[in-house]
Amino acid sequence: MSMDPGAQRATFSVNAALVVAGLLVLLALAAPLIAPFAPDAIDLAGRRAAPSSVHWFGTDDLGRDLLSRVLYGARVSLAIGILAAALTVALGAGVGMVAGAAGRWIDALLMRIADAILAVPRLPLLMIASVIVRPGVPVLILLVAAVSWMETARVVRAEVRSLVTRGFVEAAHAMGVKPLMSLWRHILPNVIPTLVVATTLAVGRSILLESALSFFGVGVQPPTASWGNMLYQAQSTMATEPWLALFPGAAILISVLTVNSLGERLSISRIGVRAS
Amino acid sequence: MLLLRRVAQSIPLLLIVSVLVFALLHAAPGGPLAIYLENPGVRPEDIERLRKALGLDQPLSIQYVRWLSAFITGDWGFSLSDGRPVAQRMLERAPATLELAGASLIVALLAAVPLGIVSAVRRGRWVDRVSGVIALAGVSLPVFWFGLILQLTLAIGLGWLPSSGRSAVFDSGFVDRIRHLILPATVLAGVHAAAWSRFLRSSMLGVLSQRFILAAEGRGVPKRAVVLRHALRNAAGPLVTIVFMDAALLVSGAVVTESVFAWPGLGALFTEAIVRRDYPVLMAFLMVTSAAVILLNLVADLMHRALDPRVA
Repeated sequence: MSMDPGAQRATFSVNAALVVAGLLVLLALAAPLIAPFAPDAIDLAGRRAAPSSVHWFGTDDLGRDLLSRVLYGARVSLAIGILAAALTVALGAGVGMVAGAAGRWIDALLMRIADAILAVPRLPLLMIASVIVRPGVPVLILLVAAVSWMETARVVRAEVRSLVTRGFVEAAHAMGVKPLMSLWRHILPNVIPTLVVATTLAVGRSILLESALSFFGVGVQPPTASWGNMLYQAQSTMATEPWLALFPGAAILISVLTVNSLGERLSISRIGVRAS
Repeated sequence: MLLLRRVAQSIPLLLIVSVLVFALLHAAPGGPLAIYLENPGVRPEDIERLRKALGLDQPLSIQYVRWLSAFITGDWGFSLSDGRPVAQRMLERAPATLELAGASLIVALLAAVPLGIVSAVRRGRWVDRVSGVIALAGVSLPVFWFGLILQLTLAIGLGWLPSSGRSAVFDSGFVDRIRHLILPATVLAGVHAAAWSRFLRSSMLGVLSQRFILAAEGRGVPKRAVVLRHALRNAAGPLVTIVFMDAALLVSGAVVTESVFAWPGLGALFTEAIVRRDYPVLMAFLMVTSAAVILLNLVADLMHRALDPRVA
């Protein structure tokens, strides 16, 4: 089967993004095996050392090895990104399917709530919630999902609305299939491609939200390292120890760029599939 | 008539937001008085007295109605950090934020519009692909990190631009103000410029594939005129809508940008209030910005209808 150059390029970049994403997850999982130092090993004699052959990424103000902290931080930041995205999409899909299938006042109510939360600036809302709740990592994941599900809910609702009028769903209804069963068996499978794209994009956004929260000191709390709170600590000494800001930020950028390019490619290929 | 209906539709949204904001405030352990509970110098009987004086012993529903009616009439309470009225503190900070937002809007459009047009016209060519990569990087950048890096390189490293603040202590002429604006406005504009350029590209492509464009080309209208006069005019409507719809994102961006660059606006006031657990300021900020977002979304909708007669 021959492919045109555009499609080939698309497949290549999807594969490349998948490889990078897999590599990032692998590095995070293998952190205890490959990190050259313990992430919280304090070395007051070797404080604020510039990157060298011993400390590839340098050390911070307590002499902790930055490379090890970036690797361990990946576990926290990526876990929050992936789990919050999964929860976001599960919530959004649930609300969207209920709204789309139920219609009438349930639909109107759920969509107005989604619109209202969308109108509240996301980061400030999350910062206030974090100040009030003082969350650990699991609760932080819940909070991120709680302010992020609305876009998915809107898209899923729209798809469900159009699916329920299609012949195969109406036929199932006429044959006496219960609405809930039909939602599960006939509608959900058709929404899954949308959910895959939504999840991919949500991973990037969740990583960014966590990093911003931690950057303001209200997200992941030290001594646990996350890329965001490493930048929070780096901010004050940035002029003299720029490596402290450079590496965690680059880690965030690479991760978000990877999932976003994956999401973009997947949504383009879906539109292509639909058109053909 | 339409205007009235759309305005009426915004009111329930505002009410839901107000319930959310109120619930958040009262979900705090200790509620609005939390800051006093943590202070060993404040006696329990004083807290009890404050609770009565502020009506916090009343049922929540009554408290909500009181709070909302006070808020609507401009009584936003007093800041816990300096005791001044919240409305006054926010009014003082608003001009700096509006200045920054206006400047970043200009920067974002100056970058997004040419990029979007060129990428659409040269679709699939290297200009398009490079701008696609830049746009993808733009929406993937952590805003605060982008700010820190620009500060580090252009301000601290090269010394071309001031690293923070709104104007120098002594010289604050026009040029100085612009110099202070450049970095924060660029950072705040970044994510928008990236997203808008791709949006304009795809709406331009949609228009360029239509028959009236082919007809214009067939009549011998020069390419430049076809692109700028016919295609851009039709693609501009959706772009204007998106610009207004992104208001909520702009607020989040302003909180981050103002904090990184010590820009004395509403976003910096918000982060100060976060550090001091200044709940009245936090709540007012959320209410005001959400109301502004709802208003701007309304404007976006009305402008979309005005610019495109096909939208019934």
